[in-house]
Amino acid sequence: MPEADEPVDRELAERVEGAALEAATALGCARAEVRIERIRSQSLRLRDGRLEAAADDVELGVGVRVLFEGSLGFAATVAVSVDSAAALATGAVEAARVAAVASGRRVELADEASHGRVVWSSPFVTDPVEVALADKVARFESWSRRLLASPVVDHVTAGALAVSEEKRYADTAGTSAVQHRVRMHPVLEVMALARDGEGFETMRTLAPPVGRGWEYLDGDGWDWEGELDQLPDLLAAKAGAPSVTAGTYDLVVDPTNLWLTIHESIGHATELDRAMGYEAAYAGTSFATPDKLDRLRYGSPVMHVTGDRTTPHGLATVAVDDEGVEARSFDLVRDGILVGYQLDRSIAEVAGLGRSNGCAYADSPLHVPIQRMANVSLAPADGDGPTTEDLVGGVDDGIYVMGDKSWSIDMQRYNFQFTGQRFYKISGGRLAGQLRDVAYQATTTDFWGAMEAVGGRRTYLLGGAFNCGKGQPGQVAPVSHGCPSVLVRGVRILNTREESGR
Amino acid sequence: MSGRRGDDLGAGLAPADEVVERALERAGGAGAVVLVEDSSDAEVRFANNTTTTNGTRRDRRVTVISLAPVAGGTAVGVARRGGDVDLAEVVAAAEADAASSPPADDGWPLVTPGDRAAAGRAGQDPDFADPPVLTGLGVLHDVVAGLAGAFARAEAADRVLAGFAEHHLSTLYLGTSAGLRLRHVQPTGALHLVGRSTDGARSAWAGTGAPDFAGVAVEDLERRVVRGLDWARRRVDLDAGRYEVVIPPEAVADLMVGVVEAASGKESEEGRTVFSGPDGSTRLGAELSRLPFELRSDPGEAGLECTPFLATPVSGPDDSVFDNGLALARTDWIEAGRLHRLRYHRAGAAAAGAPAAPPIDNLVLDLPGAQGSVEDLVARTERGLLLTCLWYIREVDPQTLLLTGLTRDGVYLVEGGEITGAVNNFRWNESPVDLLGRATEAGASVRALGREFGEWYNRTAMPPLRVPDFNMSSVSPAS
Repeated sequence: MPEADEPVDRELAERVEGAALEAATALGCARAEVRIERIRSQSLRLRDGRLEAAADDVELGVGVRVLFEGSLGFAATVAVSVDSAAALATGAVEAARVAAVASGRRVELADEASHGRVVWSSPFVTDPVEVALADKVARFESWSRRLLASPVVDHVTAGALAVSEEKRYADTAGTSAVQHRVRMHPVLEVMALARDGEGFETMRTLAPPVGRGWEYLDGDGWDWEGELDQLPDLLAAKAGAPSVTAGTYDLVVDPTNLWLTIHESIGHATELDRAMGYEAAYAGTSFATPDKLDRLRYGSPVMHVTGDRTTPHGLATVAVDDEGVEARSFDLVRDGILVGYQLDRSIAEVAGLGRSNGCAYADSPLHVPIQRMANVSLAPADGDGPTTEDLVGGVDDGIYVMGDKSWSIDMQRYNFQFTGQRFYKISGGRLAGQLRDVAYQATTTDFWGAMEAVGGRRTYLLGGAFNCGKGQPGQVAPVSHGCPSVLVRGVRILNTREESGR
Repeated sequence: MSGRRGDDLGAGLAPADEVVERALERAGGAGAVVLVEDSSDAEVRFANNTTTTNGTRRDRRVTVISLAPVAGGTAVGVARRGGDVDLAEVVAAAEADAASSPPADDGWPLVTPGDRAAAGRAGQDPDFADPPVLTGLGVLHDVVAGLAGAFARAEAADRVLAGFAEHHLSTLYLGTSAGLRLRHVQPTGALHLVGRSTDGARSAWAGTGAPDFAGVAVEDLERRVVRGLDWARRRVDLDAGRYEVVIPPEAVADLMVGVVEAASGKESEEGRTVFSGPDGSTRLGAELSRLPFELRSDPGEAGLECTPFLATPVSGPDDSVFDNGLALARTDWIEAGRLHRLRYHRAGAAAAGAPAAPPIDNLVLDLPGAQGSVEDLVARTERGLLLTCLWYIREVDPQTLLLTGLTRDGVYLVEGGEITGAVNNFRWNESPVDLLGRATEAGASVRALGREFGEWYNRTAMPPLRVPDFNMSSVSPAS
């Protein structure tokens, strides 16, 4: 059996790692890395307080990446054994040889010192996959029943995904790491049918997915009781709200919505592999091309954005990445100007930037690491700064946006459209009830350029997602985004009913 | 280099059929279902006229679904494991979860060999004990050789190519305590090619499904990409607004995925979908389009063959673990322009008084008798836009199935039946159900890979469509 917090029995793991790296070296590889991972997850979903599905899942495997004669090759298997380790090295070299047939560029990796042996765990109290399914079901049954008891609520869906990721990494440079991290994404959504029989409205909890254990549901990092208490009344207000009049409005955007706008319009746009065309066939490219570094005005002077893999409870937080690079924090946008990119080792080398900043990640032992998003966060104002109420107070005719819902952005990260969970009319500096059918649409640099003010630290929240997609074959990465409330002037608002031609 | 190879990466894995038998022997309770999926992958990715991340993979997923009699019905426990599985552990985990769970709403007797015989299918496949069929990098040999030539031509012509070639072979073994022993081999493959001018201003895409890569030539896709880039040498800027569009089959595929995903019986009854009627009813039977479209799934569809029995590790609103092994047959979601079927598992179907209609892994939109290609529709267009791909498609409003997304990799201006240039990209807001209703013309259906959802819906056949008033909501400066 594996030791606590390690993917497989330590002695077996060390033999597999040794065999894979030795075989790769003997085959003439300039470099090799081996990852052994065990990813445990538990999902459950309830419909109207009744369990619809639950699953307990353990993914186990080993992957080897080699740099062989200027090409990268990767091979992976679920059979974690000394025999398969040697076959993996052979398979990875074969993949590099196949790639070399159509290689236009010799691959090199940016330098990184050996970090020796690294042992790291994300901060948590109770590993969420260790909590019995019955306890999990009971919690969501109870919360669902409480919501269903409201006369406003016709249906409730509820559920959670809990993940415990144990990852071993070893490379020919001498870095070896054992890392364990957990994450939780609980969600409840209430639904009310229109009383005239036409249509419905929903309202979802705004609690973000986080790098925390089961204690998250007991109130560590979020006030679940308070949010659940309010949800039916908020839904009732939304169901009775007027439909928005399309036009141009000033927006106060809450961090529960803004994190996703940051993710799409800054996070992906500042991935250097995208900006250099390496994702052109799938995820897309970026308007923020390398020739614009240190020159592009991304947004207003109050805009400061960092990438990091170090934030406590951040979903992209690690100690070393999947290429053996030490986690760190770095600037992406400073005073509104583009000043940096997210990097992995091969992109850092191609771009001549010297070092990677630690953004390599593979979502599975069976997938090759690629450049994935760090926790990309917008800094709040210094000191106590403005509160959300202060920002609302600066708007005469506008909309306050809370919670994410629908999202879409183009392949160069210019044109985006977002909806949300709640939209409040702002009239004369005060909230004046909810609105329905709202979407906001803008071009990235226009939107951030029109950001007049950022809220203070008390408005700051770490949001995020489990399901950031990138790469071919597709990989799914968890990532967090911290931000304050912000005030943005003059944003185009659509009425989604009118957009559908009704 | 051979197209197939041994199973070096699977060294030490017990034969899949034995895993099924041993797990079923261990499982007690009210029954059990065991799924073993043995799969392998070969992939070559490329960008900027060079290969980038490439590799091979050997996977095994074992799912044990345990049923337990509990007060009020039957409860379910599901445990999934990868690799060389400790069967005692996985069976115990599934049984523990089943024993401590409430009764399942989708509880129903497991599918029996008799049920399958009644559907004209065997309860025990004769090849059940055969080993998995595996793929390897050899299957992509011709593609890689083709890419080497395409990269050289691209370099000479101020063009950069990016894309992906993937081949996946999955062998699924399904056994149940009710006596089923089923096996299915599913090949899935795709080739994507994107060409851009070196300055990034022009972009074009071509892609195809490739279950075995036979007859798939990089050069054929390259010709389509080069044609698109040449069309784009004349650039015309247009404002947002409603335009007549010719939507090619690949883009229609991405739109129809939205329609079939919304066709959930349970969710429609709850009032959550575009197919919901008032007071818990559905719109089954409602006319969706004046043109007599058929939207269907059929595991026997020629060229799009897919798993002919239900295999699901977890239940959903309208697919059930109790239905594992259920024979799948042609299902017409839309027939003669009317909503004809919604997805239901057997328990849900019985409650709704509707036929059971589980999900099936292919999709065909067809207008019976329609002829003609994209080119034919373009030739009959006085002024309009020819689209290439739709991208970043997301649901905005489920009540109307309003979707938003972008055009990508080529919007071409058609004037007098000819392509006269390329137009800027747009953000669009449209409901695919409304598009079927507003379509004025369709061509013949052809196999077509959706740019966005082809990753999950590889097996689709679609016609080109003409829509007279497609809603382009705003201009996207992206290229």
